[in-house]
Amino acid sequence: MKKFLEGSWAVAEAVKSCRPGVISAYPITPQTHIVEHLAKFVADGQINAESINVESEHSAASVVLGSQAVGVRSFTATSSQGLLLMAEVVFNIAGMRLPVMMVCANRAISAPINIWNDQQDSISLRDAGWIQFYAENNQEAVDLIIAGYKIGETPKIMLPVMVCVDGFILTHGMETVDMPSQADVDKFLPSYKPPFKLDVDNPMSLGLLADPSVYTETRYAIHKTLEDVLEIIPKISRDYKSVFGRESLRLVEEYKLDDADVAIVALGSVCGTIKDVIDKEREQGRKVGLLKIVTYRPFPKESIYKALKNIPYIGILDRNISLGSDGAVYTEIRSLFSEPSKKISGFVAGLGGRDIPQDTVKEMIRLTKEEVNNCKFMDLDTRILWEEFRVS
Amino acid sequence: MSVDRDHILENFFVSGHTACSGCGQSMAARLVANVAGKNTMVTNATGCLEVFSTKAPETSWGVPWIHSLFENSAAVGSGVEAALKHLGKLDSIRVISQGGDGGTADIGLQALSGMLERGHDVLYVCYDNEAYMNTGIQRSGLTPYDANTTTSPTGRQSAGNPKQKKPLVEICAAHHIPYAASSSVGYPQDVQKKVKKALNIRGPKFLMIHVPCPLGWASEPALTIEIARLAVQTGLYPIVEYENGKLTNRMKLAAPKPVKEYLSLQGRFKHLLKNEEELKVVQKIADNNISYYGLK
Repeated sequence: MKKFLEGSWAVAEAVKSCRPGVISAYPITPQTHIVEHLAKFVADGQINAESINVESEHSAASVVLGSQAVGVRSFTATSSQGLLLMAEVVFNIAGMRLPVMMVCANRAISAPINIWNDQQDSISLRDAGWIQFYAENNQEAVDLIIAGYKIGETPKIMLPVMVCVDGFILTHGMETVDMPSQADVDKFLPSYKPPFKLDVDNPMSLGLLADPSVYTETRYAIHKTLEDVLEIIPKISRDYKSVFGRESLRLVEEYKLDDADVAIVALGSVCGTIKDVIDKEREQGRKVGLLKIVTYRPFPKESIYKALKNIPYIGILDRNISLGSDGAVYTEIRSLFSEPSKKISGFVAGLGGRDIPQDTVKEMIRLTKEEVNNCKFMDLDTRILWEEFRVS
Repeated sequence: MSVDRDHILENFFVSGHTACSGCGQSMAARLVANVAGKNTMVTNATGCLEVFSTKAPETSWGVPWIHSLFENSAAVGSGVEAALKHLGKLDSIRVISQGGDGGTADIGLQALSGMLERGHDVLYVCYDNEAYMNTGIQRSGLTPYDANTTTSPTGRQSAGNPKQKKPLVEICAAHHIPYAASSSVGYPQDVQKKVKKALNIRGPKFLMIHVPCPLGWASEPALTIEIARLAVQTGLYPIVEYENGKLTNRMKLAAPKPVKEYLSLQGRFKHLLKNEEELKVVQKIADNNISYYGLK
């Protein structure tokens, strides 16, 4: 049913429809509305779950690790510093092959403290062994949560899933969302039946010490399983479409790329703005397209290569920066191409909640065709740079 | 190593692990596991116990057991308990979270406090061997006064650890939980009686067990039990019980022994034997315990 909802409400409704048995989170802006809504659902008896209000994000992640290990579907959500405080547990959850679901309301990292959106938080944890999806809008956020549970819990996968939604832009934005019915979610998502769990009738030890004779194989197994996820996503996407009629679950989305000579690559909500700019550019006769990356981990190298291989000019937008290097997405896409004729540029924009207006996107498109940049910061305020930092 | 089949069937923590000889922690862990029995789930902090009992692909544990990280045993236990509650199995299955002194009193204190405050039906067991033994005998918040450790070494300007033990049992009792107690592996019946008592109480429980570490304390492996008993009998390790925040019971000492009897059996206190002034300070700590807890 179509509803006009705040993003956090839509996310909470989607989580509720997946029937988690344990929810644990610690409040941090801009994730708070999600867990407030879930707490209210529990208080009103709309969802049969234990809601555990912990004393830190580290414990929130540890609680869902413990509950998932007992074989109960679990959920957590966080942002920014909260995700960094969780980082140790985030790696641990993947290593223990527990398909926890987390929503990351993307927010900038301190210092300076900043509560607004960029994607530095989740990008910084890309190496943890989680499946990572980035939603363009709240409809995608809802669909990726429901589909994400199914992917993570697939017995041969058993890996955690992080659905990344841009803080404020999506979490606090009102949009029309087609909310799946409970009956359809129940049809699509079976109850959680893990291949291993803590069980007094079949006692197992989980989280053993692995010495050098074993450890490498544990890493390889996760790595290979993530490669399998690339194969399984199109299959689960078809299942999802057959039940819900939508195809939100994708590795990548190609927008007007077929005949494009310039491609912009981006993740998350900014893709909406970019699509609008592309439509206008096309009206002017300029052949521009967008490659939206939905699945960032595992990194869909082949899909990206195929989509971009015939396009001479590529501009990659990162809402993150590996300080001292380049934007993360730029680095990874750059490594896919060795053709000297290909002009690939990297742009860093939209950090700490700074808007990426249409004019900035237009300027990126212009620059992509005119010159090659590896890490071009857009919309820098040169006055602040000089007066505060003596950087020109 | 072959293990006797009956031994496995009768014990929920079996031998064949790699603990040092005379390890007090391994003895205490077996006492706890065997009293708790089959219908128990255990969460374990990183530390000696985890390392020596579960090196892949082997395990000593006959009950479901999970290790995640160093500081989160109480939080993982909270999650295990929440899941059992959700499944309606909390009436039949007990949850024990455990860790060493560093993982409990230092890095894990926040997670422990959270678990106690939220009222989870979990028994937390702290095996107190009074330093970070797994990393090589560094001082923790539960290292006793004047102990020689690798990060509180003795020297021309140092008589060892400059601080007294953090009052962990009192910190837990201050949460006004139903049960907080100390015990010692030197008194196995006391350990088992307290585990049994705790597991029959609903809500959060805390038990700290004194466990000598021959490697870290530079003591004879054969003397582990004797040393543990002397810690209690000198008044340096008070055995107490708090119920709902109130001190309700203590192990009485008919005739407290001088602390020198305890200290002289351990290399970590060797430097004190020629230092009358510091010996007096340690004796004073024991005397204070005896009067504070009413041990006589």
